[in-house]
Amino acid sequence: MFNYNFRWNQALNSLPRMLEGALVTMEIALLSMAIGVSVAILLTLCRLSGNRILSAIATTWVEIARNTPALFQIYMAHFGLGGFGIHLSPYVSLLIGIAFNNAGYLAENFRGALKAIPETQTRAGRSLGLSQLQAFRHIILPQMLRIAFLPMTNQMVWAILMTSLGAVVAMNTDLYGVTSDLNARTFRTFELFAIAAVIFYVITKAITLSARLIAARLFRY
Amino acid sequence: MIEIENVRKSFGALEVLKGIDLTVAKGEVLTVIGGSGSGKSTLLTCINGLEPINSGRIKVDGTEVHAKSTDLNKLRQKIGIVFQQWNAFPHLTVLENVMLAPRKALGMTKAQAEEVAVKQLTHVGLAEKLSVYPTRMSGGQQQRMAIARALAMSPTYMLFDEVTSALDPMLVGEVLDTLRLLASEGMTMICVTHEMKFAREVSDRVAFFHQGVMAEIAPPDRLFGAPQHLETQKFLAATH
Ligand SMILES: Nc1ncnc2c1ncn2[C@@H]1O[C@H](COP(=O)(O)OP(=O)(O)OP(=O)(O)O)[C@@H](O)[C@H]1O
Ligand SMILES: [Mg+2]
Repeated sequence: MFNYNFRWNQALNSLPRMLEGALVTMEIALLSMAIGVSVAILLTLCRLSGNRILSAIATTWVEIARNTPALFQIYMAHFGLGGFGIHLSPYVSLLIGIAFNNAGYLAENFRGALKAIPETQTRAGRSLGLSQLQAFRHIILPQMLRIAFLPMTNQMVWAILMTSLGAVVAMNTDLYGVTSDLNARTFRTFELFAIAAVIFYVITKAITLSARLIAARLFRY
Repeated sequence: MIEIENVRKSFGALEVLKGIDLTVAKGEVLTVIGGSGSGKSTLLTCINGLEPINSGRIKVDGTEVHAKSTDLNKLRQKIGIVFQQWNAFPHLTVLENVMLAPRKALGMTKAQAEEVAVKQLTHVGLAEKLSVYPTRMSGGQQQRMAIARALAMSPTYMLFDEVTSALDPMLVGEVLDTLRLLASEGMTMICVTHEMKFAREVSDRVAFFHQGVMAEIAPPDRLFGAPQHLETQKFLAATH
């Protein structure tokens, strides 16, 4: 029964290819966060706007992103949109699916963060002659991003891990995709996935640690 | 000149201002006293258009505050307001707090805004605190920063809403000194206050508010020395 022979050397020969995959994974996670944060800010503005339609759109987005599997969201970005004649590459579908998920979770985090900022902050800004948008941009937004910084870090980690869901859209250049391809050819399943897991672990730890350093530099108040 | 004509204002079913008539001339220092809930704060927030009114009108230098066509952001640049809670922007240093509005609302360059901010912060005695974050300062210092922040917009009018009420008794003096300084420089001011001694000293006129009505308005000697209205007499008796 236990006749599996470990062949680490053979698996380690694939390391350079896996590291390239890791770069793609990080690239997708970073881009999906950049898009996710921007969209989440827009969703937050929609919710604050007092406009019923905008606020309904934002709420629907948040509800779907948070209450359906991320895997479905990625699948829909590829095959769902494909049904409407919008054909996206696996890379773009995966990126959009993760960004959609990020935006929903982050918008909800931002809403929580806003509750911690007194209404009087906006009032003080408006009294100084700032417009509503200027008050948001220069007074509320920086404080909101600070309060939501830890959840944002968590979402970034989650984005890294979510790239493995690219499997459902046949994504094969990210860390999971590369590993899975190698496995299909060599059957060194345990070794390959153990190495991939270590790489994932190192990336997410590096993110958490550097986030802590960035926070210490950025938030001196 | 601030002209308030028969202003009425309600929050839901509660009428908070019941027909206020009042004119404040350039260079005048008006203090407003009165019991809790009498509508003093509401009047100030109506003057700078933070709150809408139900009827009547308020004109500032001839511009009707609540007219649809009025650019409130522009109008507010000439009406500084400082609240009981100073509302420092915690993510900005003292200098940045004061520079923000001149840069964004007046479009000053960084250098211009910095010059104005340093001047105003020096004026209120905070020249040593430029690069400090406000939460590291005392309430009195934060309140003086809020005053400098409003002054940096070079307002024609300053509205003060009980700016010493949230302070430790020890810190009240330094903030009142700042207000005295502004008054002596000829700033047009409306000060809502519970500091009767201060009101008596700096005011040209004192207005007494009672349940949404301006029950009495007179120079301080008369209002404090010989109050005409029964409610004024009761209020003053209770505060002494
Ligand atoms: N945003 C609001 N919504 C509803 N009611 C309000 C609001 N602001 C003030 N009020 C009510 O209006 C009345 C007048 O309030 P205002 O703050 O003007 O009184 P004040 O004279 O400033 O009192 P104080 O000395 O306690 O500051 C109070 O009964 C208050 O509860
Ligand atoms: Mg008040």
